[in-house]
Amino acid sequence: MTHVLSSARLATAIPHLAGTLAGGPVLKAHPIDYLIMGVYFVFVIAIGVITGRGHQTSEDFFLSGRRIPAWITGLAFISANLGALEVMGMSQQGYEYGMMTANYYWIGAIPAMVFMGIAMMPFFYGSKVRSVPEFLKKRYNEGARFINAITFTIFTPAISGISMYALAVVMQDFLGWHFGPSVWVSAAVVLVYTFLGGLTASIYNEVLQFFLIVLGIAPLSIIALIANHGWSHFKKWIATHQLPFLTPDQLTAAASQPAKAAHQLAAGQWLHTFHNTLTQSNPMHITWPGIVLGLGFVLSFSYWCTNFLVVQRALAAKDMNDAQRTPLLAAFPKMIFPFIVILPGVLALPLLPHLFPGNTMVDGHLIPATQSFNNVMPLMLAKYYPAGLLGLGLTALMASFMSGMAGNVTAFNTVVTYDLYAVFIRPQAPDRHYLWVGRILTVVGVVISVAFAYVVRGQSGIMGYTQTIFGVVNAPLIAVFLLGMFASFTTPAGGLWGLLVGTGTSVTLWIFRSHPGLPLWHHYNNNTTGAFWGAIWAFCAGAGATIIVSLFTKKKTDKEMVGLVYQLTPKPEQDHQLPWWKKPVVLGVLALILTLLINLWFW
Amino acid sequence: MMDLRLPIGIFFLLVGIILAGYGVVSTHDIPNITEKININLDWGAVLLVFGAAMTFFGWKAEAKARSEKKNSKA
Repeated sequence: MTHVLSSARLATAIPHLAGTLAGGPVLKAHPIDYLIMGVYFVFVIAIGVITGRGHQTSEDFFLSGRRIPAWITGLAFISANLGALEVMGMSQQGYEYGMMTANYYWIGAIPAMVFMGIAMMPFFYGSKVRSVPEFLKKRYNEGARFINAITFTIFTPAISGISMYALAVVMQDFLGWHFGPSVWVSAAVVLVYTFLGGLTASIYNEVLQFFLIVLGIAPLSIIALIANHGWSHFKKWIATHQLPFLTPDQLTAAASQPAKAAHQLAAGQWLHTFHNTLTQSNPMHITWPGIVLGLGFVLSFSYWCTNFLVVQRALAAKDMNDAQRTPLLAAFPKMIFPFIVILPGVLALPLLPHLFPGNTMVDGHLIPATQSFNNVMPLMLAKYYPAGLLGLGLTALMASFMSGMAGNVTAFNTVVTYDLYAVFIRPQAPDRHYLWVGRILTVVGVVISVAFAYVVRGQSGIMGYTQTIFGVVNAPLIAVFLLGMFASFTTPAGGLWGLLVGTGTSVTLWIFRSHPGLPLWHHYNNNTTGAFWGAIWAFCAGAGATIIVSLFTKKKTDKEMVGLVYQLTPKPEQDHQLPWWKKPVVLGVLALILTLLINLWFW
Repeated sequence: MMDLRLPIGIFFLLVGIILAGYGVVSTHDIPNITEKININLDWGAVLLVFGAAMTFFGWKAEAKARSEKKNSKA
C-alpha cells in the first residue's frame, strides 16, 4: 500500500503524458528488442504449462500445495508488489524528491517485513488459514472476514487494471504501440499462465520477473553513473546546484498543471533521507513523525503484514520455517532496490535537467520544461539504452507489470473462492468444484482488469481515486490484527467494530482532506503528510474501538483461540541444530542492522 | 516439482547469447556518452554468466532429486 500511495500521483499524471511527446514516439524498438520480448513470452507461458501439470486439489491451485522453498516465495513476495507503476513511479519520485523516496523501502517496508516474519507469520501459517480474511473469521467472526474480503475483491482487479492502463499508455506514447493490442496481449499472457498453473505459475514467473527487473533496469543506474562521470563527480554537481522547491500546492498539481517554483533548495538535499525533517524544508515537505509513525508503522505494517497479495506467497511455503523466512529473505533484496529503481531518477537530475513542471528555476535560470519527471524512466531508457539492451529494459518493464497483475489475479481468485463463494454461495462443495471455480475466477479477474483499464482510459480521474481509496481503506488494518494476535481479551464484536471504526475514520479524514472547505481541526499542507497522519489517527481509532467494545462483549473461549493468539499458543521448540541462515530471529536482526546502516549512510 | 533455477538459467543464457551476439556484430556503444563501451556485449556476458550459474545449480539439484527418487523406489 505504501507503493499504492506513492504511485497514486504518478497514476493521476499518466493521462497527461499523452500528447506531450512532440514529434511522435521517442523510443524505436529494433527487431532484436522484439526477439528478447518474444523469448520472454515463450518462457512465462512454458512455466505456466509445466507448473500446471498435476494440480489435483484447490490447495494445489491456490496455495501451490504449500510446498515452495523460502528463497522462491521470498523473491515472489517482493515481485508481486513490483507493478509497472512502482518501477516507473519510484524513479519519478527519485527525480522529484531524491533519496527521501527510499524511505518507502528502508522505513516503510523492511521493519514491517521483519516483524511479519518473526511475530505474525507463526499465526498465519500455524493456523493453516488459506487467506487473510479467513484468519479474521477464525480470530473474530464472519463479519470481519466479509469486510476484509469484499474490499479486497473490489479493489484488487481495479488496481491491476490501472497498472495495465499505465503501462499501455507509456508503450503507446514512447513506442507508438496501439493501446488495445498492448492491453490484450499482456493480459492474455498473464491469463494463460495463471489459468494453467495457478499460484505456482504466478510465483515461479514472479521470480523470473524479479531477476529480469533487476538485470534489465540495473544497467540504467550503472550507465547513469558513467554519464555523470562517477559518483564523486555527481556529488560535486549536487553540492554546487540548486533545484526547484515546489510548494505543496504545486506538488499536488505538478502532475497536471504547469507550475513556477518561487523557491529553490540546495540540490544536496536530494541525497538524504531525513535531512530537514524537523521542519518541512525538504523536497517531500514532511516531518519525521509522519515518516516514522505514519509510513514506517501504520501504513507499512498494514500493507506488508495484512495484505493477502503478499501474505499468500508466504502461505505457499513448504513449512513454518520457510514461511517465516519468506519476508525475511525478501528484506535483503528489498533494501537494495532503491539503488535500482530510485537512483536512476536521482542521477537523471544533471542528465535531464528540464523535467520539473512548467517553467522552473534551475540555478537561477528560468528553464522551460520539455518533459515531465513522470517520464524519467522511459526517457532515460530512450537516451542511454542502445538497441538490444533496450529490448531487455522494455521486457523488464513488461515483467514488472505482469508480476503485479498475476499477483493481484491469484490473490483475487483465492479470496473470492474461499471467502465469498464457499461461504455465501456454495458451501460444502467437492474440492474439485472449487478448483474449477478458481480457474473461472482467474478469467473473471483478468477480464475485470482489462475492463477497468478501458474505464480509466475514458475517465482518467478514477485512477488516482481508486488507488488512494484502496490505500485509505487498508490503512488501519494493522490495529485489529495486532490486537487479535497479541491481546487475548479482544472479542469478535471488538474486532468487527475496530475494522469499521478504523476504516470509517480513515475514509472520513480523507474526504475532509480532499475538500479543504470542510471543517477539520488541522489541514495538512500536502497529500503525503495528510495520508501519513490520517493513517496514524485511523490506527488509534481502530485500536480504541476494538479495545472499548471488547471490554463490554463476550470473547471466544481460550480453546478457540489456540494457534491464533500469542499467549494461548504453545511455543514451538527451538531447533538449535539449524544453521544461522535458517534462524528467523538471526535473519531479522541482520536485516534490521543492515537497514540501519544504510539509513545512516543516507541520513 | 521442477527446480526453478533451470528455466531461469536457460532463459538468461538465451538472452545473454542474443545480447552478447548482437554486441559482437553491431558494436553499438552507449548512446549520448563519450566513453566507448559495448554495453550489449558486456551486459550480455553478465547475463550469460548468471544464466550459466543458475542452469548449473538447477541441473545439479534436478539430478540429485532424480537419484533420490530412484533410490526411494528401489
